[in-house]
Amino acid sequence: MNERKSIQEIENEIVEEFALFDSWDDKYEYIIDLGKKLPPLEDQYKIDINKVKGCQSTVWLVSELRNGKVFYKAESDAIIVKGLISMLIRVLSGHSPDEIIDAKLDFIRQIGMTTHLAQTRSNGLLAMVRQMKNFALAYKLKNAANA
Amino acid sequence: MTETTTIQKGIDVYTIRRQFPALDREVKGKPLVYFDNAATSQKPQMVIDAMTKYYTGFNANIHRGIHTLAEEATAAFESTRDDVREFIGAGSREEIIFTSGTTEGINLVAYTWGRQNLKAGDEVIISTMEHHSNIVPWQIICEEKSAILKVIPVNEDGELLMEEYEKLLSAKTKLVSVVHASNSLGTINPVKRIIDLAHKAGAVVLIDGAQSTVHLDINVQEMDCDFFAFSSHKLYGPTGTGILYGKKQLLEAMPVFQGGGEMIKEVTFTKTTYNDLPYKFEAGTPNIADVVAFKAALDFVKQTGKENIRQHEDELLRFATEKLEQIPGLKIIGRAKRKVSVVSFVIDKIHPQDIGILLDNQGIAVRTGHHCTQPLMDRLGIPGTARASFAVYNTKEEIDKLVTGINKVKKMLS
Repeated sequence: MNERKSIQEIENEIVEEFALFDSWDDKYEYIIDLGKKLPPLEDQYKIDINKVKGCQSTVWLVSELRNGKVFYKAESDAIIVKGLISMLIRVLSGHSPDEIIDAKLDFIRQIGMTTHLAQTRSNGLLAMVRQMKNFALAYKLKNAANA
Repeated sequence: MTETTTIQKGIDVYTIRRQFPALDREVKGKPLVYFDNAATSQKPQMVIDAMTKYYTGFNANIHRGIHTLAEEATAAFESTRDDVREFIGAGSREEIIFTSGTTEGINLVAYTWGRQNLKAGDEVIISTMEHHSNIVPWQIICEEKSAILKVIPVNEDGELLMEEYEKLLSAKTKLVSVVHASNSLGTINPVKRIIDLAHKAGAVVLIDGAQSTVHLDINVQEMDCDFFAFSSHKLYGPTGTGILYGKKQLLEAMPVFQGGGEMIKEVTFTKTTYNDLPYKFEAGTPNIADVVAFKAALDFVKQTGKENIRQHEDELLRFATEKLEQIPGLKIIGRAKRKVSVVSFVIDKIHPQDIGILLDNQGIAVRTGHHCTQPLMDRLGIPGTARASFAVYNTKEEIDKLVTGINKVKKMLS
């Protein structure tokens, strides 16, 4: 995947891509497109334990550790959230727990999507970012315990 | 094509709009279309001015002070109480309790009347279309008292099943608490009949007037409700203040809610005696500025005319319903025969949240989600809706923009 690029480099790429859009409509059309292209999560994972519940949309999130890197898969019942998930997966998936824990994710602000992280309970994005980092932290602690 | 927005009785919506500075702003580079009035209404300049005037002219703590500012502030505060009494047709000013809003009003009754009067096996009746604020306080007190919460079901159109309500009523029923107008669907409930039936069964009735007070004529004496709770901020007034009306004999018999200043007559370490109504239920320094400014909101409604407001909103509701129904794949949720100006809808294969985000992107503010009525959404088998709710300052042109906006959302998501 993006194993050779750092999280910061991928964040920068996204910011550059968004700089090309003239309008909010274009930004959202792009995010919707990403949402549509996000591979569906297998039904077996769409269970309560994998839910990151926001007030309005539901997000299912699973992760696994392979060769010291964390990989995520996720889906939502709302398309814009799916698009945002797709970007988060692009940025974080395939990196080490430490890199994920330290990720600033400032691209969300830079591309003007901060409203989706606001404490309005309007979607599960903030909860999802937290959950993605929690998975990374859990893998890190597990590694430390096994070492 | 848009019909004219000026209604026959002569309110000019454009003149009204000019009184609301927030309506002037842009969102995402487009003129704001504010259709989230069931959540809170925008405020007219006269309300904003009243608050500024209070803080710049006579800010003081009320009731106790002997100085001029305290007297002026007390007079203004108490004058709102008189206006509220008149506005809802209460018999006396002692029956008007200032709260922080509808939620606190309902909690006050649950924690005082409920705690004093409910016992094991007693029943409290609410309805499926209640706001969480009119569910949770009763769940808490019922659990505490081992009382039982019964729920009036609704039909597919979002109307209460009155025959089922009658079956629920019995000698065990101690209190009925129902919403006057549904925040999610707009349904206007037949409160007079609900109250009469409850009284025949010997129960007291609380009416949640959060949504109805701004749209309907309220006369608590004619309605004969025992309690009526509503908020200022849905009525063009400030946030953080509301009113609980209660029948005097009930309020007098009820224990106090919170202890503190203002609500006491005399305090010693062995015995404290409580103040008379309405102060008995107003512990601590109240929300003086907002109460004072609420008077201006009531003045705005009186000047505009409630009948005029209702006619205008009814016309907007009719127009919006007709226009939205024509959108393929859109389904209006809540088809009650009598509704306030709320249109809830879902669109095939589109999550309400996506509708909300993409409408906001076009400067149109609607509410999406379960509207704090999760049991109602469960009953209707939907996760939530998008909801447009109209106020006196909204126009048919804005509804046309909503229709255009929804069509654009559909296109973007297709």
